[in-house]
Amino acid sequence: MDWALPPNYSTFGVQIDQLFWIIFVITGIAFVLVEAGLILFIVKYRSRTGHKAYYTHGSNKLEIIWTVVPALVFVVLGVYSAGLWADIKNPSNMPEGAIEFEVRAKQFEWNIVYPGPDEILGTGDDFEVLNQFHFPAGEPVIVYLEAEDVIHSFFIPELRVKQDAVPGMRIPVWFDATQTGEFEIACAELCGLGHYRMEAAVTVHERADFDAWQASRALAQ
Amino acid sequence: MATIVAEAPGQATGHAEHEQSFLRKYIFSSDHKIIAIQFLFLTLFFLAVGGLLAMMMRYQIAWPDQPIPGGGILPESMVASGYILPEFYNALVTMHGSIMVFLAIMPMLVGVYANYLIPLQLGTHDMAFPRLNMYSFWLMVPAGIITLASFWVIGGAAGAGWTLYAPLSARPDLTGVELGQVMWLVALIFIGLSSILGSVNYITTTINMRAPGMTWFRMPLTIWALFITAILALLAMPVLSAAGIMLLFDQTLGTSFFLPEGGGQPLLWQHLFWFFGHPEVYILILPAMGFVSEILATGSRKPVFGYKAMVWAIVAIAFLGFIVWGHHMFMSGMNPTLGLSFTVSTLLIAVPSAIKTFNWMGTMWRGNLKLHTPMLFAISFVALFAIGGLSGVFMAATPVDIYIHDTYFIVAHLHYVLFGGSLFALFGAIYYWFPKMFGRMMSEKWGKVHFWTTFVLYNLVFFPMHGLGMVGMMRRIYDSTGYAHLEGIQDTNQLITVAAFGLYLTGFIFAFNFFWSIFKGKKASRNPWDATTLEWQTPSPPKHGNWDEVPVVYHGPHEYSHPDVLDKDWLAQNERPDVVSPAAGSH
Amino acid sequence: MRSYRWHKSVALVAAGMVAACGGGGDGGGGSDTAGGAAPEAAVQIDPATVGTISGMVNFAGEAPAMTPVDMSGEPDCAAGYGGDGPMSNTVLASGGGLANVFVYLSEGVSGGPAASGSVPLNQENCRYEPHVFGVQSGQDIAITNSDNFLHNINASPTENRGFNISQPRAGITSTQSFSVAEVMVPIRCDVHGWMNAYVGVVDHPYFAASDATGNFSIGNVPAGTYTVTAWHEEYGTMTTSVTVTAQSTAEIAFDYSADMAGAEVPMNEPLVLHHESDGIHRVSLNGAAGR
Repeated sequence: MDWALPPNYSTFGVQIDQLFWIIFVITGIAFVLVEAGLILFIVKYRSRTGHKAYYTHGSNKLEIIWTVVPALVFVVLGVYSAGLWADIKNPSNMPEGAIEFEVRAKQFEWNIVYPGPDEILGTGDDFEVLNQFHFPAGEPVIVYLEAEDVIHSFFIPELRVKQDAVPGMRIPVWFDATQTGEFEIACAELCGLGHYRMEAAVTVHERADFDAWQASRALAQ
Repeated sequence: MATIVAEAPGQATGHAEHEQSFLRKYIFSSDHKIIAIQFLFLTLFFLAVGGLLAMMMRYQIAWPDQPIPGGGILPESMVASGYILPEFYNALVTMHGSIMVFLAIMPMLVGVYANYLIPLQLGTHDMAFPRLNMYSFWLMVPAGIITLASFWVIGGAAGAGWTLYAPLSARPDLTGVELGQVMWLVALIFIGLSSILGSVNYITTTINMRAPGMTWFRMPLTIWALFITAILALLAMPVLSAAGIMLLFDQTLGTSFFLPEGGGQPLLWQHLFWFFGHPEVYILILPAMGFVSEILATGSRKPVFGYKAMVWAIVAIAFLGFIVWGHHMFMSGMNPTLGLSFTVSTLLIAVPSAIKTFNWMGTMWRGNLKLHTPMLFAISFVALFAIGGLSGVFMAATPVDIYIHDTYFIVAHLHYVLFGGSLFALFGAIYYWFPKMFGRMMSEKWGKVHFWTTFVLYNLVFFPMHGLGMVGMMRRIYDSTGYAHLEGIQDTNQLITVAAFGLYLTGFIFAFNFFWSIFKGKKASRNPWDATTLEWQTPSPPKHGNWDEVPVVYHGPHEYSHPDVLDKDWLAQNERPDVVSPAAGSH
Repeated sequence: MRSYRWHKSVALVAAGMVAACGGGGDGGGGSDTAGGAAPEAAVQIDPATVGTISGMVNFAGEAPAMTPVDMSGEPDCAAGYGGDGPMSNTVLASGGGLANVFVYLSEGVSGGPAASGSVPLNQENCRYEPHVFGVQSGQDIAITNSDNFLHNINASPTENRGFNISQPRAGITSTQSFSVAEVMVPIRCDVHGWMNAYVGVVDHPYFAASDATGNFSIGNVPAGTYTVTAWHEEYGTMTTSVTVTAQSTAEIAFDYSADMAGAEVPMNEPLVLHHESDGIHRVSLNGAAGR
């Protein structure tokens, strides 16, 4: 197994990955300091004849330093996270003019409602497909997520998108795919005995291709 | 500021004199030490049970297309044609977590050590309410029995995760589990009551029954940790009980607290559960931190570095612990703006944990380290808890949490803090206080074997889970081989499983050492670790009532290597009033 | 979960003999029980006292169009079909007959031999087989999976305790039963949303499901007068009366038609059986009609 995040085919996903690696570096430095320090102390200060401990109750100066420095690091992390988070999740920041779909999760399937050739949800040319999510690459997509029975979670790893689907709620989720390809929706919230098998196929098309697919599919309904 | 506290009325030492029946002395005992040992046996048993459930889970994850050896002894509702059924796997996942948290780790940290240590380290005869204390233990017994029985009812044990998210947990038609879920909720109510009764005792005893001279800032850090934990439990457990009752009503009486069809909200369950659940995880770590501070000071022959800072850090963790619960709910559909506030509080709470980590290292720095088994476990607590805490930073950053939420990255994190943290600290505590409890030493050689095998195998099991999370392996998945993005992880899963089997076996080394030493261990002196705290200044084990005369305290809790004490490197809290110790926190 | 029930049937049996003698309908007659347990003391059904009800469920009009379920999102199921998948609805009507109609004696019955053996329910190519069937209260349903991937069997009764069990691979069998009469109990698979079945739980053995041509047959019915009810998942219920005389066959027919679509379809109803001849009014456990 490769200790790597999956390939990233999303715009905001790139920033998520960057944040991941920034945190990795920061925590990595802390990790090395702590673990190396412990090993050093074990070796250097282990008990042996003639060795004595140094009596001290601590150092107020050190307490201040190692309170303020981590706090500062975390504040910076927090501010950056908050900005990116709002960009991704805040409904008022969702991109205008994005193509919209509805995804209805239920035990143990994903039902995708397509807007049809008029690209408006809730009109007569909408149609529903089981376990297959097609959408065009290179432009933002908004999914309105619903659940019919229990909580499920809409997760497409390569697109760095995850959102719980909650019964009684209709939750908007935006994301995009920067290139075409085949992916999966995996359910990421325990939803019963079939949870492990609740997958749908995701196909990202070139725009023209998607239009053609959608048109022919709408006709067939 | 010194507070001279009179002995609590009714705590006459006379009750040590009269003979008690075997039943009254060892079974329905109100002696805090016996109650603590009863908790110890109960929780060690459930630790083994919880581990066994995990072994079955691990087998399924590693070899989903193979029948499980020995599966035939289980009924067809659990294992059919030799294969673990998905609903049984969900029950295993649920009950592993539930049993470990509520029947093993929490009662071991609190039920054993709060009970055992608070009266002894504070220099008093017993808890404020000994009989209440006895009820606190005995409430755990029906809880345990009901929990075990729940596996065998129609529909099997609860299977909606230890987090019991509604509506899944409230709808038997959607899980197939009905009575099993009810039974677990009933057991939880017993457990909650046990915990609340215990907290009442711990808080009252700590406030009211400290020995003369035992000021707040002369209390061992273990007591601070247990005292603050007790306050957390008193405030948090009732929330769980209330939520559990609401869930019970939704499932059995047709109410709709959490069911949208009737006007309820699934998110309400999550808010209630995590409002309890986050303080709960601090309940699960703070006592461990207390033990580690104690053992590190004793093992390093130095006072705790930054004692006062450590106390304030415990208080800060507890207080902040009540305002971070939403970080379990970033993906839940709650208003994203709340994500901002919970990120801030969550990152803030990392600070006191960092302070503690540095102070532990400071305690070891320039010490005279005695690397006996308790010390090895205490040092590795710092090493492993640091990893657990650092992985938490990834989750606190909400955009990263989008990706790693509900993956094995979280599983790695929680096991680093709960196993690498709490359980390692507990092992250290068991080895450390065993001589006091049973009057004998555990085998140091087998202790070291246990430590090293556990440390190595533990990391082989849980460290790779960070990688599995990065690759995107979801949690609670019966069979992950059907996902294209998870191709190639089975080798890792199999490695983890094999290591996990080994890890479970190391428990037998421990168990054998533990039980054998109770009967055949080398007899222990009063103070085999040359420790300063009050429990080491009475016989091993202490008699009923602990002291004939309550000791008087003159020093702080961890006065090791005091420059004015030349004949030994420790100063008991109740000896040599002439030696003056500098106030804790100054240099 | 399996519950071991020591039926009266171990003593009674008759079923094996009954299957041999009389009942043969094409559409899975109710008296056709699979593989009976060895009888300890068989209660002989005296052929001199029983007759047969044979019949036809007619269907007039145009059956609704059958649209195949889109299997492209379910590769496991699609593989088993090779293009010709299950249909989006299960109204089967060909040659003027309506299939999958559950026919049972709803009044006038005073018990009957208890069941022996179990009734099979199999999952193959993402379909339940049979789609509609009957079982006696307390009788085992032997559920098997011929597909080598996950199905679950989620039964939603209201008078009985339900179950929701899974069978993740081929060869797994489970046994379930219902203790109280209830007509009908829906069964569904949550992994494959189009998969469903209906089981009629009846206190007596006099039931059948119509076959593809609409034919059904109920054998070994004691002589007497009965009300017979037919139930269809889309077109609702019809009743008729029949008098059975010993050693002869009574013919009945139900006339369904396409314009009955959208009728109210009763579900999860308890059974109330009247025993007329001895004046004893026997009521099933939940005598109240409808819930």
